[in-house]
Amino acid sequence: MTGTRTQSRRAMLGIAALVLLTAMLSVGLGARGVALADILSALQGQVETIGQAAVAARIPRTLMALLAGAALGLAGAAMQGVTRNPLADPGLLGVNAGAALAIVIGIAWFNIDSAALYIGTAVLGAGGAGIIVYLIAALGAGGATPLKLALSGAAVTAALVSFTTAVVLPRADIGGLVQSWLVGGVGGATFSQITPVLPALVLGGVIVLASPRRLNLLALGEEAATGLGESVAVARAMSAGGAILLCGATTAACGPIGFVGLVVPHACRAILGGDYRRVLPASALTGAALLTGADVLGRLVARPSEIDVGIVTALIGGPVFIWIVRRGRVAAL
Amino acid sequence: MSVESLSIRALAAGYGGARILKGIDLEIAPGQITAIVGANACGKSTLLRAMSRLLTPESGEVLLDGTSVHATAPRALARRLGLLPQAPQAPEAITVLDLVSRGRHPHQGIFGGWSAQDEAAVAEALELTGTDALAEREVAALSGGQRQRVWIAMALAQQTEVLLLDEPTTYLDVNHQVEVLDLLTDLNRRRGTTIVMVLHELNLAARYADRLVAMRAGEIHAEGAPGEVLTETMLRAVFDLEARVMDDPVSGRPLMIPLGRHGLRANEREEARR
Repeated sequence: MTGTRTQSRRAMLGIAALVLLTAMLSVGLGARGVALADILSALQGQVETIGQAAVAARIPRTLMALLAGAALGLAGAAMQGVTRNPLADPGLLGVNAGAALAIVIGIAWFNIDSAALYIGTAVLGAGGAGIIVYLIAALGAGGATPLKLALSGAAVTAALVSFTTAVVLPRADIGGLVQSWLVGGVGGATFSQITPVLPALVLGGVIVLASPRRLNLLALGEEAATGLGESVAVARAMSAGGAILLCGATTAACGPIGFVGLVVPHACRAILGGDYRRVLPASALTGAALLTGADVLGRLVARPSEIDVGIVTALIGGPVFIWIVRRGRVAAL
Repeated sequence: MSVESLSIRALAAGYGGARILKGIDLEIAPGQITAIVGANACGKSTLLRAMSRLLTPESGEVLLDGTSVHATAPRALARRLGLLPQAPQAPEAITVLDLVSRGRHPHQGIFGGWSAQDEAAVAEALELTGTDALAEREVAALSGGQRQRVWIAMALAQQTEVLLLDEPTTYLDVNHQVEVLDLLTDLNRRRGTTIVMVLHELNLAARYADRLVAMRAGEIHAEGAPGEVLTETMLRAVFDLEARVMDDPVSGRPLMIPLGRHGLRANEREEARR
């Protein structure tokens, strides 16, 4: 179903329009209904009425959702490319859980409290977990096959999550704060939370967006990529490093959000074909639209309360995951 | 296209301490087709991998026109030495044109501008392999034989003087095996590309290769023209196989027929008993 150039340009425009639409909905809709006039004046900076204040709070929240979604979509596409594994996802390969555990340990035992430390700790945790999952999957015959990676990722994620719980449980002082963060959400995001993660997001984004040709070669398999003059180890380290930066920074800001990185690249490949020069930018845009849309949905379904976006993406992502496995394309990417 | 020399000197290599190649010396005939044959686990695929960057030798060297293959920059090497792995897997949703175009990677700059030269090389590769009509199809939807021609087209688009292939006919029906070997011979005759391939099927190897290399237990047992290498003595030593070798009535090359224990004519049974 690979489209011609005009078709893929049209698809890209459609995705961009979707991003714009979800962003507008995210500013306009919420647990509290706000009149259009208030939305417009809030966008111009007025925060006099309750409605205007609600809208003003939705602006950084929307920006955070767009950034986190783009980062997770991009990271998922890169991880699927690096591992040649259609089931690769920052949530499934333990990367987000590793970042979460590192942050929880940092808060509980080392009293870290600056944003820069959160991000650094999260990136370290994400990288460490990714490496452990890969090494376990690479044990035994056949190397790190897609299935072994998924199993190893599930096992390590389970271990990391229970360890995280074990760290948090005896600490009533941090429990409430950490628990709500662990669900994964963008509610309550402020501009002062967004600024510190920007450098890591930009750096990770640039690294991943600069590697589509490497990923295109890795997709042909290690041997064919080597035959075409690619240094496979360098290509993998670059792309995985970029993805881990993105995941670590996103987890530090929003908590571990799953399934965006899994679902988005699949959708993009189905529409645009397997060329990473198109899949990567499309995954960033689609991820932004999906996470922002999921956040809006979470605000609307439980009015006047809210459901965190991490729960909404899991509800969407679970069935999609099963569909991908049943489609039987797990073996080759 | 210039014809490059490929020499293997005292090459020893293996995996994780297990030494598989035990000091190989071999001159690959430039501009000719060389087939490496031997029983399973004799080291023939390992030799092919060690001739490229897939496997770093423990000692010895592989020289392409006098410079070591393993000391050459990866992309520079990929412009001169092509490699087609055994049973390569195409990624999901990739078209024939896209896959063949990826063969141009080593010729492109860092920013990957697509030149008229790239365009021409891809068009020629599609034409030579008869896959131009398939250009917009998805690779996954093709038959095994078509798919292998597409991978060969990708290697052709790379425009190297030397092409290494690991069992290019595995998993193919016999008609497609012949088709692929005919295609490689066309390429060799038209462009002078030096071809080195590992082949399982001895009669096809003898039929299509200019030179045969027979390997046994990590060493070269015999090397030369098919008529010199494919003999009853060699089959006994390398494959532990009793067989007759006769002239192929179609090509005049040697043709191997295993004796086995069953299905023999009466006179052959007599002979086998003696």
